[in-house]
Amino acid sequence: MKNAAKKIYIALIVLFLYAPIGTLMVLSFNASKTRAKWGGFSIQWYIALFENEEILRALFNTLVIALVSSLVATVIGTIACIAMTGMKRQAKSILMGITNIPMLNADIVTGVSLMLLYISLGIRFGMGTILLSHITFNIPYVILSVMPRMKQLNPSTFEAALDLGSSHLNAFFKVVFPDLLPGILSGFLMAFTMSLDDFIITHFTKGVGVDTLSTKIYTEIKKGIKPEMYALSSLIFVTVLTLLVLINLSPDKKEKK
Amino acid sequence: MNKELIQLVDISKSFDGQMVLDELNLSIHENEFVTLLGPSGCGKTTTLRILGGFANPDTGRVVFDGQDITRIPPNKRQLNTVFQKYALFTHMTIAENIAFGLKIKKKSKSYIDDKIRYALKLVNLEGYENRMPDSLSGGQQQRIAIARAIVNEPKVLLLDEPLGALDLKLRQEMQYELIRMKNELGITFVYVTHDQEEALTMSDTIVVMNQGYIQQIGSPESIYNEPENAFVADFIGDSNIIHATMIQDEVVEILGTRFACVDTGFGENKPVDAVIRPEDVILVEPDAGIIKGVVTHLIFKGVHYEMEVTANGYEWLVHSTTLFPVGKEVGIQVDPFNIQIMNKPESEDEEAVAIDI
Amino acid sequence: MTSKKNWLSVPYLFWSGLFIIVPLGMVVYYGLTDRTGAFTLDNITAIASAGHAKALRLSLLLSLVSTVICFLLAYPLAMILAQVQVKRHNFIILIFILPMWMNFLLRTLAWQTLLEKNGVINHVLSFLHLPTLKIINTPAAIILGMVYNFLPFMILPLYNALAKIDGNVINAAHDLGAGHIHTFFRIILPLSIPGIISGITMVFIPALTTFVISSLLGGGKLLLIGDVIDLEFTKTSNWHLGSGLSMVLMIFILINMVLSAIFDKDGEGSML
Repeated sequence: MKNAAKKIYIALIVLFLYAPIGTLMVLSFNASKTRAKWGGFSIQWYIALFENEEILRALFNTLVIALVSSLVATVIGTIACIAMTGMKRQAKSILMGITNIPMLNADIVTGVSLMLLYISLGIRFGMGTILLSHITFNIPYVILSVMPRMKQLNPSTFEAALDLGSSHLNAFFKVVFPDLLPGILSGFLMAFTMSLDDFIITHFTKGVGVDTLSTKIYTEIKKGIKPEMYALSSLIFVTVLTLLVLINLSPDKKEKK
Repeated sequence: MNKELIQLVDISKSFDGQMVLDELNLSIHENEFVTLLGPSGCGKTTTLRILGGFANPDTGRVVFDGQDITRIPPNKRQLNTVFQKYALFTHMTIAENIAFGLKIKKKSKSYIDDKIRYALKLVNLEGYENRMPDSLSGGQQQRIAIARAIVNEPKVLLLDEPLGALDLKLRQEMQYELIRMKNELGITFVYVTHDQEEALTMSDTIVVMNQGYIQQIGSPESIYNEPENAFVADFIGDSNIIHATMIQDEVVEILGTRFACVDTGFGENKPVDAVIRPEDVILVEPDAGIIKGVVTHLIFKGVHYEMEVTANGYEWLVHSTTLFPVGKEVGIQVDPFNIQIMNKPESEDEEAVAIDI
Repeated sequence: MTSKKNWLSVPYLFWSGLFIIVPLGMVVYYGLTDRTGAFTLDNITAIASAGHAKALRLSLLLSLVSTVICFLLAYPLAMILAQVQVKRHNFIILIFILPMWMNFLLRTLAWQTLLEKNGVINHVLSFLHLPTLKIINTPAAIILGMVYNFLPFMILPLYNALAKIDGNVINAAHDLGAGHIHTFFRIILPLSIPGIISGITMVFIPALTTFVISSLLGGGKLLLIGDVIDLEFTKTSNWHLGSGLSMVLMIFILINMVLSAIFDKDGEGSML
């Protein structure tokens, strides 16, 4: 009885979180152009999507920015974590404090502060400024997921590799890196997700004529969202869901065997 | 023996369809130090959790002082537990930790203060009232966990592998401390461990468990000297467990050679297991022994030498204060009193038969 | 390794200096100057003007209510989830991060469809013969949007903090005679404070400073402080005023950072 209540509660929260997503998926198959009424089942928006160059362009921009910014952030963040292990306690806590700023600060403040920076430095707004901004807010996610792994690391394994005749670089990639890898991967995924979902910071740091999916949707809100957008979002969501389910199921199978 | 305080009657428990305890019966007496001993997964911790009220048995009853407490929640039981890894409240001071149970019972401030002082004195940590648990060493946290439990004056103290996280020296120290505390408090201790040495050192009674069944109940001496089956013999200390044939009363054939023994009543030409402790194997000159063998391994262990002697195709484990170098031919002798004969289990089930007392 | 580590910190030091510290300095500089570059406090005192003060008050009210609702919804959920086996840990986190893969604006927009007078929810309600909802374009809809968007940021830190509590600590409280209520208030709640603080921060700050949710669900008539700042930067191009108002927001953020530094020293209530 008590367990049933718990399950119902979880189900209600999950329903609350996923109801809008379900709605969007249903809308993507709506033959009618307005959200207000159901015009019958149709896959026309999925076909139209692949002919809508503006949306495809925005998708391309979004993916490039998410991929490049999370990759760069992963490299800088991981190196920063390694550097911090050799630092004095105080220097380390100051740097961790700075790392926390973009996490705790409001996106709008981060956005306008970066905008003011680019203006003062005379950097032209465009893909470049979006990329720089995304790298900046992505690095903390990488650091915060690599750092715990770093703390668990046994320093002796690195020394053991050196003792066995390995060079510093080789010892790092053969011994330390594999131990950090789960943290690095989850940091990368987190950064990628955050970059993909970001609207506010991109809104302030993008140039005229350059759009990501978020900013494209924002400008479309006033004129009415093109149903192709629902189709695209549904496709992205289902793709990610499938990938994650596959990744999550695979270790279970191994255990059972 | 003192009067019975706790009875576990026909207790069964399974998790996810897996039987953890199978119709377990056990009596615990007043002022007794009982140790539940066995490998991990043998059901010892589950038994303790059922006693503490943290797990409900599927069937069976827990009787405490003549009263059925099977369905009574832990906060209404007159037992207290010392948990694995201590489970101290890290957000409270040592004094607040110890006072926790007493405050719930609405004891007066002066009573609580007295109790805290008394308990800290008992566990040799006077003056630690205002420290936080995190600032204490593992051994000190362990003592606080004990202090927190005993201030409630439980009739029974349940201890779940309390020394598991401590290093060897501290562990030995705490073993003596626990015996002292038990004698000082005059209450029953039910102690769970997988460490046979710990069990032999501290207990009045040892309950050896495996796969949800009680294998043997007895004093440390009887468990060590007269194991009732191969599992107990193997689990308690090192043993030579050798397939043998009982030729007739007081004669057993081990590895093709007849040995005199003191056991009777096994029948004639019956396959049995013979258990011989390594310290009971006597090495002599080759011709003076009952069988001959060659020393194949030798390790110095401090108090004695540990040797392996291959004789009649079996590797005998031998503890001896006399050194016999590797490669030397030796004779093996065993005092008839030191050969323990056990029936061979006919099936897994019989090996694990429940023993009532 | 140590001697060579020093130069490893250079890229990040450079990056965080240029893209975190300097930009915040720029906000302060713009906030404290006027168009001629002269020092002024006008941009900050502008928060007291009727329109701005009203926007800030509304923002504070809505974000406080949203934070409280998120906390009340998330705490029981996190407690239930914390009892689930550790093996499922990643799966649980995934469930609450996954919605972020559907665009934030579209997700919020979908609530329009759900909440509209002839929307899905009202269809269901009238089918069940229940009174219909009329909350679209009201502050209630904005609160719903905030709760919806930021709830995962409350659930995850609470779940992480609660999952870390050793089950035996709770057993110990029961063992010492505490009932369920006593155990909750004396043991579970105090031990989850790092998660609570982190959850509150992760919900309150974004909710206080959001500017799209209000225009999507509030019908565009209700201005939040985030909307005002957005307008100053993107429409009227008064960066000085926008920066001054941002500095006011930063005061709230600073208070929050100090609080979380005090209560969550080891980063125990982190999201990941």
